Amino acid sequence: MSSTQTSPVAIGQAETMILNMGPQHPSTHGVLRLILELDGERIVGVRPDIGYLHSGIEKTGENRTYRQVLPYTDRMDYASANTNNLGYVLAVEKLLGIEVPLRAQYIRVIMAELSRVASHLLAIGTAVMDLSGLIGVVLMYCFWEREKVLNLFEGVAGSRMTPSYFRIGGLVADLPEGWVEEARAFVQQFPRQLDDIEAIVTRNPIFLERTVGICRLSAEDAIAYGITGPTLRASGVRYDVRKAMPYSGYDRFDFEVPVGQNGDVYDRYVVRMAELRQSTRIIEQALNDLPDGPINAEERKIVLPPKDELDTSMEALIHHFKLVTEGFHPPVGQVFMSVESSKGELGYYLVSDGGPRPYRFRVRTPSFAAVQVLPLIIKGSMLADVVAAIGSLDLVMGEVDR
Amino acid sequence: MGLESKLPEGILTTTLEKLINWSRSNSLYPVTFGLACCAIELMATGGSRFDIARFGSEAFRASPRQADLMIVSGRISNKMAPVVRRVYEQMAEPKWVIAMGDCASSGGMFNNYAIVQGADRIVPVDVYIPGCPPRPEAFLYGLMQLQKKIRQEKLRDRR
Amino acid sequence: MSQSHVAEIIREAFPDAILQEESFRDETTLLLRREDLVAVGRLLRDDPRLAFSMLKDCCGADYLTLGRRPRFAIVYQLYSLSHNRSLRLMVGVDEGETAPSVTGVWPNANWYEREVYDMFGIPFADHPDLRRILMPDDFAGHPLRKDFPLGNEPVDHGLPPRS
Ligand code: SF4
Repeated sequence: MSSTQTSPVAIGQAETMILNMGPQHPSTHGVLRLILELDGERIVGVRPDIGYLHSGIEKTGENRTYRQVLPYTDRMDYASANTNNLGYVLAVEKLLGIEVPLRAQYIRVIMAELSRVASHLLAIGTAVMDLSGLIGVVLMYCFWEREKVLNLFEGVAGSRMTPSYFRIGGLVADLPEGWVEEARAFVQQFPRQLDDIEAIVTRNPIFLERTVGICRLSAEDAIAYGITGPTLRASGVRYDVRKAMPYSGYDRFDFEVPVGQNGDVYDRYVVRMAELRQSTRIIEQALNDLPDGPINAEERKIVLPPKDELDTSMEALIHHFKLVTEGFHPPVGQVFMSVESSKGELGYYLVSDGGPRPYRFRVRTPSFAAVQVLPLIIKGSMLADVVAAIGSLDLVMGEVDR
Repeated sequence: MGLESKLPEGILTTTLEKLINWSRSNSLYPVTFGLACCAIELMATGGSRFDIARFGSEAFRASPRQADLMIVSGRISNKMAPVVRRVYEQMAEPKWVIAMGDCASSGGMFNNYAIVQGADRIVPVDVYIPGCPPRPEAFLYGLMQLQKKIRQEKLRDRR
Repeated sequence: MSQSHVAEIIREAFPDAILQEESFRDETTLLLRREDLVAVGRLLRDDPRLAFSMLKDCCGADYLTLGRRPRFAIVYQLYSLSHNRSLRLMVGVDEGETAPSVTGVWPNANWYEREVYDMFGIPFADHPDLRRILMPDDFAGHPLRKDFPLGNEPVDHGLPPRS
């Protein structure tokens, strides 16, 4: 739904045109709406309009028990659901003051990194397709790889996109037989596929023309606007939650945090590409050192008892019943827990009043911050660069509007 | 098409009817219209593994005027509802609607102030596909159901 | 430098600004006097010993059902990149009162405050562009207030009535 309308001409002023872009537009990655003010081809003003996917997740979360909130977190950043799950379970675990066993931590890391791979592939594929139909074929390459990751998710959780595989205190189940080998096979062939994608895109003259020096964001502005993740790192700031405040055992893995220098569309692409390789490294290490042991914390008041105990133990049955019907009661307090999702820093702020439901459930999402900076980076550039900017910020509207 | 309303009924028209329905059902042009998570799965359906082109629907049209199938892929917020309705109205007849996913079918897990409890409250829906999100196979099955439905249409119903 | 130093540095400059200091799970929360928020924020951002250059999040909270006064709180999550340190600020706002805007200190507060306004109905003084952000303009009410219903519709599961 794009419509044009000319704004009334003020005397002595150049005539500008108002162009409405979205919420139904193929390149706004969902339902973002931009109101652009154009002077010819040049953009002189931008007003983003969000809220078209507002789903009341925070309000709903405050009306659900802690365990029931989890599936809602998948549906915020649906491109990388596992990292969203991870942030939430870690926040609740912090509130409860419990720690999960090492094996669960490793599996969580593997899942989160696989999610990052899936999400970055989607981001790169769609961004490149928006830029040029000629190299848009990259989307197919990316989707092909992404399907392999989704297969792995399906193997553990039965669902491709919205696994909800983590649980407060651990995982829903251990990895199925043969999964580790399958994952290893994926990681081994993945760098070669990345080389293919890079061969098409990275030095392609059309791509360079459309991205280098376009829609730059300086490091100061990025920090002032709370930008995190690949977008911040592309501007040259080496900040990654996995390094700054390691969680879920990330400090055990050896990986680098790639950064760019110019903060333009091209650097964001390069940083994402480099992160894909780093994620592969992390997954490989985690698969190799995957420890044995339990996958759930020994907290009978929080974690569901194993299924087989339900037939034999009265106590287990009572715990199960109480957990499912009523939920658990964390101590009174408030926590803010953030993780590095594929888009940037994802933070959960939970306030507990001691009841079974979060009193306040708040999510700080990286995409929300990124939309806010859009006007800053696209003002002054050409109309065609708008899609480049949107694609490079990797916006997911489910996360912006919640 | 307009022409069909002028036609009398008879052997000729039933054959013509078959031809028209056959061509319509095998070249459904969906409007590029992603709402939420289900839209990503819709993209996957268009991707290399599932290949929606096998069903003649790979040509996603960015303009509703060139499309005859609307896939409501995701949850519709109250703010989005008028837009969805408008996109639907901009599409030329004949047009069909698929409600993809639980949210579009019934509001799904979002039973709250912000979400419209089902796409059928704002547009007439032909096929509902359950799932959160539905697998691409499920979506393709839904598409096939719609094709079946189109093949049974009578020209006189569209007068 | 530990967290309590942050409070001390603030107290040096603004002796009465901190109403309450709380620590839970290694996270420090400072409850500030509303009038001092902007000045303290500027100090937190500009003092090199603190350097809280990034406002990660700002959100509201409604304590209606807990019966606390003032009814609302606005919560700021700050982060210092150079010291790798986090801090949470809170200010209380009651029904009908206006909150100070920190857009002059952290520019990204703009949208967060709009969201607080949209969701809780708390107005901000000196805000450059106070409009609803997520809900439609003609929406009545503020969804995240505790007295706003979830708005769910009863679901008919099609089960036979119990006899
Ligand atoms: S049905 Fe599920 S996957 Fe689809 S839009 Fe709704 S929440 Fe998202």
